[in-house]
Amino acid sequence: MNMTATMPTSVSVRDLRLAYGGLTVLDRLNLDIAEGEFVVLLGPSGCGKSTLLNCIAGLLDITDGQVFIKGRNVTWDEPKDRGIGMVFQSYALYPQMSVRGNLSFGLKNARLPRAEIETRIARAAKILQIEPLLDRKPAALSGGQRQRVAIGRALVRDVDVFLFDEPLSNLDAKLRSELRVEIKRLHQSLENTMVYVTHDQIEALTLADRIAVMRGGVIQQLADPKTIYNRPANLFVAGFIGSPAMTFLKGRIEAGGDIATFRAGDATVPLAGYVGEIPAPGGEAILGVRPEHVTVRPAGAGAHAARVDLDEPMGSDSLIWLTFAGQPLSARAGADHGLRHGDAVGLEFDISRASLFDPASEQRL
Amino acid sequence: MPSERPSQLLRNLSAKLASVPMILTAVVVFLGGTIWTIVHSFTNSKLLPRLNFVGLDQYERLWSNDRWLVSIENLAIYGVLSLIFSLAIGFLLATLLDQKIRFEDTFRTIFLYPFALSFIVTGLVWQWLLNPDFGVQSVIRRLGFEGFVFDPLYDADIVIYGVLIAGLWQGTGLVMCLMLAGLRGIDEDIWKAARIDGIPTWKTYLFVVIPMMRPVFITTLVIIAAGIVKLYDLVVAQTGGGPGIASEVPAKYVYDMMFLAQNLGQGFAASTMMLLSVAVILIPWAYLEFGGRRRV
Amino acid sequence: MSSPSAIAGAVLADAAIESRADAGPRGARPRRAFSRRNVFLYGTLILVAVYYLLPLYVMVVTSLKGMPEIRLGNIFAPPVEITFEPWVKAWATACTGLNCDGLSRGFWNSVRITVPSVILSIAIASVNGYALANWRFRGSETFFAILIFGAFIPYQVMLYPIVILLREIGLYGTLWGLVIVHTIFGMPILTLLFRNYFTSVPEEIFRAARVDGAGFWAIYFKIMLPMALPIFVVAIILQVTGIWNDFLFGVVYTKPDTYPMTVQLNNIVNSTQGVKEYNINMAATILTGLAPLAIYFVSGKLFVRGIAAGAVKG
Repeated sequence: MNMTATMPTSVSVRDLRLAYGGLTVLDRLNLDIAEGEFVVLLGPSGCGKSTLLNCIAGLLDITDGQVFIKGRNVTWDEPKDRGIGMVFQSYALYPQMSVRGNLSFGLKNARLPRAEIETRIARAAKILQIEPLLDRKPAALSGGQRQRVAIGRALVRDVDVFLFDEPLSNLDAKLRSELRVEIKRLHQSLENTMVYVTHDQIEALTLADRIAVMRGGVIQQLADPKTIYNRPANLFVAGFIGSPAMTFLKGRIEAGGDIATFRAGDATVPLAGYVGEIPAPGGEAILGVRPEHVTVRPAGAGAHAARVDLDEPMGSDSLIWLTFAGQPLSARAGADHGLRHGDAVGLEFDISRASLFDPASEQRL
Repeated sequence: MPSERPSQLLRNLSAKLASVPMILTAVVVFLGGTIWTIVHSFTNSKLLPRLNFVGLDQYERLWSNDRWLVSIENLAIYGVLSLIFSLAIGFLLATLLDQKIRFEDTFRTIFLYPFALSFIVTGLVWQWLLNPDFGVQSVIRRLGFEGFVFDPLYDADIVIYGVLIAGLWQGTGLVMCLMLAGLRGIDEDIWKAARIDGIPTWKTYLFVVIPMMRPVFITTLVIIAAGIVKLYDLVVAQTGGGPGIASEVPAKYVYDMMFLAQNLGQGFAASTMMLLSVAVILIPWAYLEFGGRRRV
Repeated sequence: MSSPSAIAGAVLADAAIESRADAGPRGARPRRAFSRRNVFLYGTLILVAVYYLLPLYVMVVTSLKGMPEIRLGNIFAPPVEITFEPWVKAWATACTGLNCDGLSRGFWNSVRITVPSVILSIAIASVNGYALANWRFRGSETFFAILIFGAFIPYQVMLYPIVILLREIGLYGTLWGLVIVHTIFGMPILTLLFRNYFTSVPEEIFRAARVDGAGFWAIYFKIMLPMALPIFVVAIILQVTGIWNDFLFGVVYTKPDTYPMTVQLNNIVNSTQGVKEYNINMAATILTGLAPLAIYFVSGKLFVRGIAAGAVKG
């Protein structure tokens, strides 16, 4: 199950610390990435994800700690000697050079034989389907084409580790989803290690083998997308991942027969089937449920009663805002539910996929 | 009358009234004044402007006048050297300041402060520094180099270089600032990409950054060039045009003809020539800048 | 790794207690403070800085010496005996032609020229820029284009026509005449500055105000003006230095009584009569440069922004 245990590590960050004067951006950060793994660093802006990537690339001088790439300590190595290729959000193509010039500039500088350069460019151009563009200048390319060239520039370096710094953020939604698929395909065929920074959770969930959710320079949770989605480590991860977002109900744990229950207002939710540790009765808790794990039933049916506030139709389905036990709660329903404001409905929770959080520590229980 | 469309002339009346000073300046002073001067350059106006046309007489006299020829030669030497050196020095200083150095603000403040000073002040300071009896020459002679000669302000052959030294001291800070702004405008990611590619810093500047800064270079060039044509105060303060007529410049020729020699016609002809030289610089630039933009 | 420095070694030993720590390089790349690059970089910068500061230093030092010391000594040497007499003389008794009341007359003339010129030129140009940005009318862009091209026409071409214009309205040779000239020649750059600033203000704000029924002046005074305060500061810096430092217009459009400071300074220093008193000359030169220098050092970054705005066309 655990990839890091079975495969050799490709990128390893140990006790990384980065501080500017008195301001610590990253503190004692550890991260191991297996060979061939696709790891996404995800978080809101300012969470340190790009900073971490720049530290791995050697573009930022770290304050303390070590960086290993393919088992080699590269902490003091120049970026070019680390065996990495990098793709930037702004593409960062050299505007006065043709596509071919962009791809070959670094290789020429490393004094590679001309034939070798030609072979590598041809290969990269073929993979990325930019052969017809080789003699154009970046200004004559579309955003998607530019980003392909930028990926090509990393590709020709023939390296094992690819670093992506929000590569799709400058593109419109349609192109973004197209290129997302292409990057995934690229990863499948090249089997390189990829470290990918983004603030877009869809990109993270679709691309990653493992996601590192970051906040305030700290990795909140490092796990595969499914775990991140279903078993968020804390309130932050739970709220950040998933759209529409998870709803949080405040309440307390009570003893009830064989199994503990969660009591919010006058409603009681039995916690049978909960995956995790249910705290001792009497303590406060927060119950997080995703809209798709709440089933809306006709009034009278289902275990709980609620009232409809608002309906947000989304085409394929609908998000319904309810009042449950005096608190707002959202649920997903089919597009043709026919419910209106003020209707009474019944509810059922899928407790096996819900999460309980400790309100004080914000950790999942 | 219900809902009649207000007259076109009265629409935006406040805006039009507010623009009257601009329109007057543009049309009456800039356009009208220029045409007036050009027209009167074909007359034999002396103490007062008169519309007594004499064809190209004034221009013939102008181009056979030694003082004007010296002025043009001086301006050409000063102009070319000042362009080359201020661009080179300005870019070099900007590059040095762009290396994430400490005390950047202090250095920038020092390099730019002469630009806050007037040309009169600049000219007088350098007149004093280059004074052969007390200035740099005498100091170096006292150090034991008895035969040392550095006397640009009293040597007709090199006096314009003395003016150039002062001009560069005053103006390179501005060029540095423009270049630094240009360098700072370059996407940080370009530098990162070059580092990943393993391009040495000097090569990145040469092959990536300088080509990217082409518009900044052109704009700076135009600004320096427009300033060079106006060169006047500096010469008046530093050399007074001397020794003899060795450091005369066109702008001074115009002033002297108009307001001292009471030879308005000559002044008009000379200023028209100045206008022509600016047009020679400006029109290709405007074509590149605005005509080129339309094509893209 | 062959040569980890002693310090890095100590850090390593310290960190070895922790389980994850590994041998080899750790933390920041080792940097020598006196690397060849740094020596070259800072060496060059300091050398150039000294060259740029030298004239200022020599000016100050010379102005504090007595004439005998200047004749005997070295212009770079600090004064043996500091005297402020040259400053007093330069301010109060230095002669230009027949007047012997020093630079003070020129200073006050310059103040009387600069203050109204700055206020008038900025008031007019800001309203102009606002009209051009938000209230375009047919032809407004054409007039603006002429105005901007006018900025490149050598002043010499327009000197005499303006003499005639000023004579016609009876202001030739007066301070107010010069104020008008400064307002005219300040207009291209200031209008450009304000137009570009107001164009960058989101159009929605302007539209919202119009929907609320505000007119041309109401929008200008209540919305645009308060927003544009920083650009007004930039404009003031630009104009005060420019007008204070002007020589050409001063010498053309004023008479000896109303000469601004720069013209008077030039007449004091470059007068051919009498013995040259270099210390007084330098004191006078500093005095003239003091106002723009003070503005420069106080305003700092804004000054830079001003010249950048003035230089780079939008």
